[in-house]
Amino acid sequence: MAQVSSTDPHGSAAVAARIERRWALMVVGIVALLVAIVIFTGLHWAMMPPSRVETIDPTRLHVDGEFIESNLGSAVESDGSVTVRIVGQQYSFTPQCIVVPTKTSVTFRATSSDVVHGMLITGTNINSMLEPGYVATFKTQFDTPGDHLMPCHEYCGVGHEAMWANVKVVDKEDFLKMAAHARRLTCDL
Amino acid sequence: MIYNKRLVLAHFWLAFAVFGLAVVLGEWQMFIRSPLHGWLRNPDLYYRSVTAHGTVMGYVFPTLIAMGFGYAITEASLKQPLIGRRWAWVGYFLIIIGSVAALVPVSLGLDSVLYTFYPPMIGNAFYYVGVVLVVVGSWIWVALMGINMGAWKRANPGSPVPLAMFANVAGAYLWAWTAVGAALELLFQILPVALGFSSTINAGLSRVLFSWTLHAIVYFWLMPAYIAFYTIVPRAIGGRLYSDTMARISFVLFLVFAMPIGIHHLFADPQVGSGFKFVHSVFTAMVSVPTLLTVFTICASVEIAARLRGGSGVFGWLKALPWDNPQMLALAFSFVMLGFGGAGGLINMSYQLDSTIHNTQWITGHFHLIFAGAIVVMYFAIAYDLWPHLTGRAMQDLRLIRWQLWLWFVGMIVTTFPWHYVGILGMPRRMAYYDYSAPGLVGQGVAVIMSTVGGAMLLASAILFLAILYRNHSARQIEPAPWTFSRAVHEPVSLPLALNGLSLWVGLMVALTITNYGYPILQLIGLHDAQVPAVYIGAKP
Repeated sequence: MAQVSSTDPHGSAAVAARIERRWALMVVGIVALLVAIVIFTGLHWAMMPPSRVETIDPTRLHVDGEFIESNLGSAVESDGSVTVRIVGQQYSFTPQCIVVPTKTSVTFRATSSDVVHGMLITGTNINSMLEPGYVATFKTQFDTPGDHLMPCHEYCGVGHEAMWANVKVVDKEDFLKMAAHARRLTCDL
Repeated sequence: MIYNKRLVLAHFWLAFAVFGLAVVLGEWQMFIRSPLHGWLRNPDLYYRSVTAHGTVMGYVFPTLIAMGFGYAITEASLKQPLIGRRWAWVGYFLIIIGSVAALVPVSLGLDSVLYTFYPPMIGNAFYYVGVVLVVVGSWIWVALMGINMGAWKRANPGSPVPLAMFANVAGAYLWAWTAVGAALELLFQILPVALGFSSTINAGLSRVLFSWTLHAIVYFWLMPAYIAFYTIVPRAIGGRLYSDTMARISFVLFLVFAMPIGIHHLFADPQVGSGFKFVHSVFTAMVSVPTLLTVFTICASVEIAARLRGGSGVFGWLKALPWDNPQMLALAFSFVMLGFGGAGGLINMSYQLDSTIHNTQWITGHFHLIFAGAIVVMYFAIAYDLWPHLTGRAMQDLRLIRWQLWLWFVGMIVTTFPWHYVGILGMPRRMAYYDYSAPGLVGQGVAVIMSTVGGAMLLASAILFLAILYRNHSARQIEPAPWTFSRAVHEPVSLPLALNGLSLWVGLMVALTITNYGYPILQLIGLHDAQVPAVYIGAKP
């Protein structure tokens, strides 16, 4: 490294460099630990963000395919899991009230029909962007029944502040009773 | 010696003038969406204000500070008049023209797209052209910094480039490259649509290109503050810089690692695969290394000052520090805010924890603590240190300066801590108002009021700051000693080539960016299905 003048009587340059090196090693250790934690939770808890790079034509959402209006809301799959399909648009979600069961694997599939929106469900770590042209997919599970808010969290135009939906988590048994009468469930009024 | 005092003063005054206006807008926004005010009848007024606040604070203000400070450093550290003085003025006026072109349509409500642009929303083209002009103006500065360092090195072969200049040029190169992402987005995606040549846009690609700029721009904002940590504070408090080499290593690490990490802003986005998200998460962890090295080196330098002043003991030396010196105070405040903001940042960069707070008020709290807190408080310190050398007049208001710094520090804590709290509760960003009577939001109004009070303290501090600088122009005249930089305990006599120039590090910066961004960008360019119709702002229905 930098050469220093030879008039240093105490070898203080060497001492300074040694202390510095020790700190640098500690720093590298801290960073390595943080990265290890991220890797562990990513693999062990299978906690992964929505990352499938799946595209969809936003101009045809309402015409055909998975995101037509009659297919939105919560659907019970043949393996007992639940899929929730959501569309965001200026300035609402469809459905505006989402109903999901407790203690069941829930897969969200969501997209936008116009501009970039986002969604988070308060009191949980569910959080995703909704982008026109792309489908966001992520899995989760709700442990306890309750009511949550689901605001749009990305600026989407002048009505952004009014774009809120509700999420109702109900007991698994109650949910299945409701599902016996309807192909797709929502709690829209 | 600073030869072109008018040039430097012009940059700083314009920077602080627009900063003052943007602080007013910021506090107005806080008030309008708090329970202290009823519903805003026209929420677009709020979004115009957010767009203006972000554009000024993100692009215009820090760029002007970096430029003015860079010109001062060039002349004072290289001890030669600036080469390309006329070009510097051209850059300055480009920034003025660009700012006016951008902010007029914003205030008319034609460009409520926020400073992050958010396509497929598309506003009036003048806004984007204005932002491009601001960036082009700053690129003139980048070129001048490189030219001036090059000329000095040719005239002084083998001599170590002064640390302040080395760091300043590192910051300039970082900015040149990080601005490329947003420039590509503006020139190839947004402007063609805004000018009517196209009506569709790939919004996912835009977000990836913007993330290229969005993270490293923070390190560009940070550079003047770090230069002040290393080269002004130790001198101003009567200490020595602990290690010149470590300082250089920190700056080149910023250059290399600040760039290829921006996708951590897109963890919740569907258009980037998990592999690249993970890689960016790891690189984000690495960019904490130069900051942790800096904290060590600066604390050690401060300890040297304390011991030279007779301090002793393991912690007893803290008492011997010159706490009444504004530079000492600003440094301490900056480090405290950097500590809290950095801890929050580690949560944001974590692949998993991020999902709890992504796009909530937590993020607003985080970057205000880092930028408006840790960084801007050092911009104040830089101005206080530099002003007498620019005006030739004594800085007499030391008591007022201490008040101003305290107010800014306390105000920033009172503003941002409640933001972090409501963010964890799930309060989203960028909303013109909240329905505080909704069952899920009960109790959050108090926190928002606290932030509004903090904002009022910040506004008071900003007014005080401008008043102190203004008063200095009519203070008693002095003959200031030359403006100098900290001396290291062991001054470098000769340096390895890698630490006396930046080409190796610029090469690494570009290579790492291409490695970490190349594939996601090419993949998205190939997704023709993802071209979506533009949604025009302010269009008549």
